[in-house]
Amino acid sequence: MDNNEDINPDSSAVPEQDSVVEAISNIDSDIVQEVSDENATSPVACRLSEVETSTESEEDFGERRGFVKFLCIVIGGIVSAVPFGAGIWAYLNPLTREKEGSGDGFVKITTLDAIPADGTPTKFSVISDKEDAWNKFKNISVGAIYLRKEDGKVKALHTVCPHLGCFIDYRSIKNDFFCPCHNSNFKLDGSIVSGVSPRPMDPLKIEIRNKVEVWVKFQNFQPGHDHPIPLS
Amino acid sequence: MKTLINWFDHRTGFRSLTKEVLLENIPGGSRWRYVWGSTLTFALFVQFITGLFLWMGYSASSGDAWESVNYIQNEMTGGWLLRGIHHWMAQAMPILLLLHLMQVLVDGAYKAPREVNFWFGVILLKLVLALSLTGYLLPWDQKGYWATKVATNLANLVPFIGPEIQKLVVGGTEYGHHTLTRFFALHAGVLPALIVLLVIGHIYLFRRHGITPAEPIKKKDAFFWPDQVFKDAVACLAVMATVLFFVIWYHGAHLSSPADPSEPFSAARPDWYFLYLFQFLKLPAFAGDKEVWGAIYIPSMFVGLICLMPFIGKWKVGHFFNVGVMFAFLGGAGALTYLAKHEDVAGPNSAIYLKALLDNERDARRAIELARHEGIESTALNLLKTDPKTQGPKLFAQHCASCHRYDGHDGLAHSLPDAKSLDELKQRTSSLNRFASSNSVHPDWSARFKDSNDWQTVEAIIAANREGTFEVIAGNQFKEAPSAPDLKGFASRQWIMDLLRPEIYISKRFFGGTIHKDGDMYRRFLNRKVTKYDEEEKEMLKLVALALSAEAKLPLQADLDKADAELIQQGVDHLIDDISCINCHTFQEPDPDVEGPDLTGYGSRQWIIEFVKNPEHEKFYPESNDRMPSFGKKNILTEKEIGLIADWIRDDYYKAPNSPITH
Repeated sequence: MDNNEDINPDSSAVPEQDSVVEAISNIDSDIVQEVSDENATSPVACRLSEVETSTESEEDFGERRGFVKFLCIVIGGIVSAVPFGAGIWAYLNPLTREKEGSGDGFVKITTLDAIPADGTPTKFSVISDKEDAWNKFKNISVGAIYLRKEDGKVKALHTVCPHLGCFIDYRSIKNDFFCPCHNSNFKLDGSIVSGVSPRPMDPLKIEIRNKVEVWVKFQNFQPGHDHPIPLS
Repeated sequence: MKTLINWFDHRTGFRSLTKEVLLENIPGGSRWRYVWGSTLTFALFVQFITGLFLWMGYSASSGDAWESVNYIQNEMTGGWLLRGIHHWMAQAMPILLLLHLMQVLVDGAYKAPREVNFWFGVILLKLVLALSLTGYLLPWDQKGYWATKVATNLANLVPFIGPEIQKLVVGGTEYGHHTLTRFFALHAGVLPALIVLLVIGHIYLFRRHGITPAEPIKKKDAFFWPDQVFKDAVACLAVMATVLFFVIWYHGAHLSSPADPSEPFSAARPDWYFLYLFQFLKLPAFAGDKEVWGAIYIPSMFVGLICLMPFIGKWKVGHFFNVGVMFAFLGGAGALTYLAKHEDVAGPNSAIYLKALLDNERDARRAIELARHEGIESTALNLLKTDPKTQGPKLFAQHCASCHRYDGHDGLAHSLPDAKSLDELKQRTSSLNRFASSNSVHPDWSARFKDSNDWQTVEAIIAANREGTFEVIAGNQFKEAPSAPDLKGFASRQWIMDLLRPEIYISKRFFGGTIHKDGDMYRRFLNRKVTKYDEEEKEMLKLVALALSAEAKLPLQADLDKADAELIQQGVDHLIDDISCINCHTFQEPDPDVEGPDLTGYGSRQWIIEFVKNPEHEKFYPESNDRMPSFGKKNILTEKEIGLIADWIRDDYYKAPNSPITH
């Protein structure tokens, strides 16, 4: 079995290319020796020698094999790309899906009487309609806000920390806001006292409708920026 | 590049591994018949990838499964393509499995020393079929729900522990959340893991023994790479192209209406590659307590025989026996599959089967458009259950159609495409994708010419050899002629104008089948007066019809009523003064002395509900009610149900501008 070196027609025919095709093409030229050693006891191995008695010139044969290898890789790439392509297309759906806005975005939260007159912030749930993939829920909790009276006017702050989105607590003992995740500390007006938050607590627009109803334009903001950017 | 590859090879030895994989010797050179194993591996690869991505959008609970699959199919960009590839590749796999198995058998590649690998293959075949079975249920639609119910009920037949097995598979006695979570875990976890392990073993053993060349060997040996790989790649490309063709043709995969335990689906069938088993069980030999033979014993024995084939094949005769058995099986299974299909579209019960498909298609489309328009607050099934367009006709057919009609039928009939001849009709219906049969226009269905209400069977119309367009209605046949008015377009302008024409009033379409044909309305008004009306009076009567119709406040007529407000006011005046309807009817002001039904709000939602609740109420027919039951008073229908019928009759429900794409 010492004629194995000759079996591989590629060894001289394939031109040097810095490509994957070439890398794979060269594999057999490198190791036919080993393989045929392993197959030495196989009854079929001796037939390998017949390959060399090709009527084609070695150069033509090598070129044709190179092309076949190239085709294999192209076809393999195409058929494998199809399932991945379809999957990734569907996976990217959230990026292309537009959020449907309903109305002016204002949500009725409570009435003026429900907010303490002494300026203590009070947490209120935001009850609204929510679209969640295939579901459209009516009147469910979509978040929470702090409402506080300041000189008779109502102010609204988001409960979500502008740092990384934890829920900010109101500490009645210290009469301030505190984010328990990374210890950001805010005054009652939302401004930063200490900590890592990049911006003050997010204020929300307020409208008083029908004299006593408190309506808030509820929206969420991207974390991490020094000014509020609405999530869309 | 080369340095980098060398560096990597030094640390991993990937080169020798790649060489080992690629440089397998193939005695006699590459051949097309060897491609099936590779195409199957490729198909599994595609299923794993698409399945993984589908997993990212699927929710396995009975309240979310259909909803999430519908969202993937109809709302997500590219979702239909993803689901379509997964579905149609699953359809391709049984074919590829068979081709692979037959190649192995015919070429004798199952014989010693390859017995174990053959058994691996048989187990893999079973596992892939188990994937199909579990996957069929996951969309939680009517098709999967009812077909899988039959399959899990068969588990009940297993001797000794059948009921326990069924309970474990279903996750209880009833189908529900746990049926889906269990099926999903099997489909996406357990079975794929087992398949991966067995495929590795299968390929390892295959490499250990090498390929079994198909005799006679005519060509030189070659390596797996690139000759055979090229053929394999081309075969995979062909498989993928075929799958994509179906995916695009059907725009994904079909989703039938949401699973409903209270709604039968007479067209529930297992996937096509299980149809032969389905048909096998219909054989009279397996009736009654012998079913366990057809469902369990005989199939198990056959699988046992397949597993013994390597030993039988030791003898030359044995090999021919094996191949013969498999071809006989294929022939038998093919014949049974054909019979099953044929019975569905042309057998004695085919009208039921085809109508069930049409009914389900209607519900499926409606569920999809409602989910899109209204959003799903609880479940998609609930959307259908509270939808007048879906429930109105069903309730009408059940409670009203024994006397009334709706456009000549029971409310549930389907209008099939118009055509000039039966052949043309057959051609058109077969182009509806779900009706891949030219026999889908069933002789049991009724037909009528477009401009008449005269119903015939399809065959009668063809036999009469009349020319002109007719329409075919797939609907239930009636035992008796209608005996109460046809309520299509009730209280609309046209309907009331027809009502006020004497000859139509006493026709079967209106009161011809009731005692009212001899009542005062006909005798003293229509027959005595209206027939003698001059042109001016006829014009007045027309305005009265407009005014009366406006009482119904039909949403379809809202614009017309608004535009004709002045004419309607004139009509009201005529109704009171010139035509004097108030001699017998109440209108606006209560009048205890009159006998005819109250015309105030005639045909409005509230009027219909009150009438259906109690037609004998003094506002309606206290003396002259003709057989109509008091549906509300006797608690036959709830007010909600009567409301659904009323809204449907009044055409008061959401109408989608464009029906969503589904097949």
